Amino acid sequence: MTNSHVNAVVIGAGAGGGPVAKELATNGLSVVLFERGGWAKYDDHNDDELISQRTTVLGNAFGPHRDKHWRIFVDHRSGKETLVYPHEGAYNNNAACVGSGTVSYGAMAWRFMPQDFRMKTIYGHVEGSTLEDWPISYEDLEPYYEKAEWEIGVSGQDPQNPFVPERKKHLPMPPFEFNREGKMLYEAAQRRGWHPFPIPMLRNSIPYNGRPACYRMRTCVSFACPVNAKCGTHNTVIPVALASGNCELRINCQVAEIMMNDQGKATGIKYFDENGKGQIQTADLVVVSGSATETARLLLNSKSKLFPNGAGNNFDWVGRNLQGHAYTGAVGLFDRDLYDDVGPGACVAISDFNHGNDGIIGGGMMANEFFRLPYLFTNQRPPGSPSWGKDHKDFHRQNYKRVMSVKGPCQEIPNFEARITVDPKVKDYWGLPVGKLMGTRHPADRKVCEFVADRCEEWLIEAGAYRVWKEIGGGAGLSGGQHQAGTCRMGNDKQTSVTNKLGQLHEIENVFVADGSLMVTNGGFNPALTIMALGFYVGDQIVKLWKGTHLKL
Amino acid sequence: MNITRRKFIQSLSLASGSLLLFPACGGSQKSVWRFLTTEEAETIIALAEQIIPGDQDPGATDAGVINFIDKQLVGFYSNFQETYRNGIAALNQYCHEKFSQPFEKLEWNRQTEVLKLMEKNSIEGEYWKENPASRFFRMIRDHSMQGFYGSPRHGGNRDYVSYKMIRIDFPHIIGQNRYASRCETLNAFAK
Repeated sequence: MTNSHVNAVVIGAGAGGGPVAKELATNGLSVVLFERGGWAKYDDHNDDELISQRTTVLGNAFGPHRDKHWRIFVDHRSGKETLVYPHEGAYNNNAACVGSGTVSYGAMAWRFMPQDFRMKTIYGHVEGSTLEDWPISYEDLEPYYEKAEWEIGVSGQDPQNPFVPERKKHLPMPPFEFNREGKMLYEAAQRRGWHPFPIPMLRNSIPYNGRPACYRMRTCVSFACPVNAKCGTHNTVIPVALASGNCELRINCQVAEIMMNDQGKATGIKYFDENGKGQIQTADLVVVSGSATETARLLLNSKSKLFPNGAGNNFDWVGRNLQGHAYTGAVGLFDRDLYDDVGPGACVAISDFNHGNDGIIGGGMMANEFFRLPYLFTNQRPPGSPSWGKDHKDFHRQNYKRVMSVKGPCQEIPNFEARITVDPKVKDYWGLPVGKLMGTRHPADRKVCEFVADRCEEWLIEAGAYRVWKEIGGGAGLSGGQHQAGTCRMGNDKQTSVTNKLGQLHEIENVFVADGSLMVTNGGFNPALTIMALGFYVGDQIVKLWKGTHLKL
Repeated sequence: MNITRRKFIQSLSLASGSLLLFPACGGSQKSVWRFLTTEEAETIIALAEQIIPGDQDPGATDAGVINFIDKQLVGFYSNFQETYRNGIAALNQYCHEKFSQPFEKLEWNRQTEVLKLMEKNSIEGEYWKENPASRFFRMIRDHSMQGFYGSPRHGGNRDYVSYKMIRIDFPHIIGQNRYASRCETLNAFAK
């Protein structure tokens, strides 16, 4: 049996692919949305810290499975290559399920600031980096941020933050109340003359969009929501796409390559269905939204006569500039219980140090950390104190409820050598060359991290901590993780970027990218809302180009 | 206190375990464990108790950390089987040469000293030249912590002892009965 031809194939049902599928399907294009995982259920991994999205010691709650997926990680010091599995940190995993990370994320809903789109203009050329401006501005993306906030659902209140980028429409839901540590930090930040505010969240603070309000569990980040109050693409835009009648979702399918003809146009994709059988799906256009690592891998694995090094890769930019976030912060001990079980923990933030820091390139948002669950907490202790034995147990017993942590995702400086490539010698379960991760962070990141960690320390001391220590990020190794970005950079010059400013490959007119790969720089914020906005943006560009039966170029 | 009842139930579940599962190889007597021999289990129980000692609150032994480790060694941690078997053998060889006793028979303070040597990677022995003792130690430490602080469904944290110790509620949302009943069912399988 052959699959009937469709207008569009969207690969990856995550933060980027969901909005694209919805935009195309509701505008009359026939769509097949591919996802390598299945539907995630709360009951599969409820309250199970050891198999969650943050702690994967006994496996990945939301996939992918270690029996089918692996990668090569290259150590930047020795050059040694290691085979790594999805539950290991070096794999830099993103969830493989319908909705991907938006099922189990912490759900912070940040808009990047206008400065984040103009990093090179503001900070100039940085030696050894590929720091660049985006080809689109904050204003270009603003309407799509608004779409994401209203169609997927964000709670919060901006006016308390003087650094907030200008918005045309308020958020659809009121902010969450602070928990106990949130209140303490809010007051402490005000005393320091900073500008604290409630974190915008992709969680329902009131019933919204047919789903109930959040009831504030401690097991929120890392887990699916038992009452469906967390807003992801799996319970918003993807159901809307399916309800349009124009979109079919094919789960547990691994896409192998984009098929190209001799004129340099894509004709569809090859994939393996849920029974492992090879299949073909032809389409007028292909949208790739598989995350920064898997999108790049798919393009690199799609070799053809005109593109011997992979689709859209004739200038060797696919897979380059891999970045994530350098997390940095401080931990404070208090002399009384702070923990009030009002989850998920993170609720208050400041944006005072994202830009305009003397001698620093960029910066990062700072917020109180999500509750550490009991096993994760075994690694949180003052430097030099024992990691086992009676003293460690005492520390755990006394301080589990008396610790506060503030942290921030620092904006990283992209560099050309941090990358994902493919290893033709190592194949995955389906016989496809696996992704190979290599490179390091730019040394400038460390300085940003030290600066932000100092501010975190001040904040905790002001809040009343009697002992504080810093956890400074931005060390050598490769960055990526769940905030991975940058590997199919958008730009105006086809020799120094992969897509144009519409998200369309410079060299292949009917292949688009719609996920974190497009991001030239990664902002000093959690990227989920920006990836969703990019999904709506690219979807809208395709709809505008679509002329009934083909793309009008 | 219902210690006797708990011990009784424990012995019951262990006995049924030995009927259902194949006997481990290498042991001098039939082991009640899934992978470990009786002797290996004794050593690991002692190691884990050093890492999380019992005091006013239960430690690793009472929390069933050994059950967690053994269960995972035939599950997600099956690739650690060799590391455990060889590491425990090397550790006990060292203890026999130095003190003429296996690790679990050493006095508490002496056990602590041996663990500190392992942590610093300065324990003597041919085996440890190729296989750093510090890495073996970190593995045992991490697995013990997982067994103690992880969900009871994986075989450790018996009766939520660690949650009681750090004073967090479980099931963690009042009224979430669906969760509670499911948890009980899974716990029954875990033990």
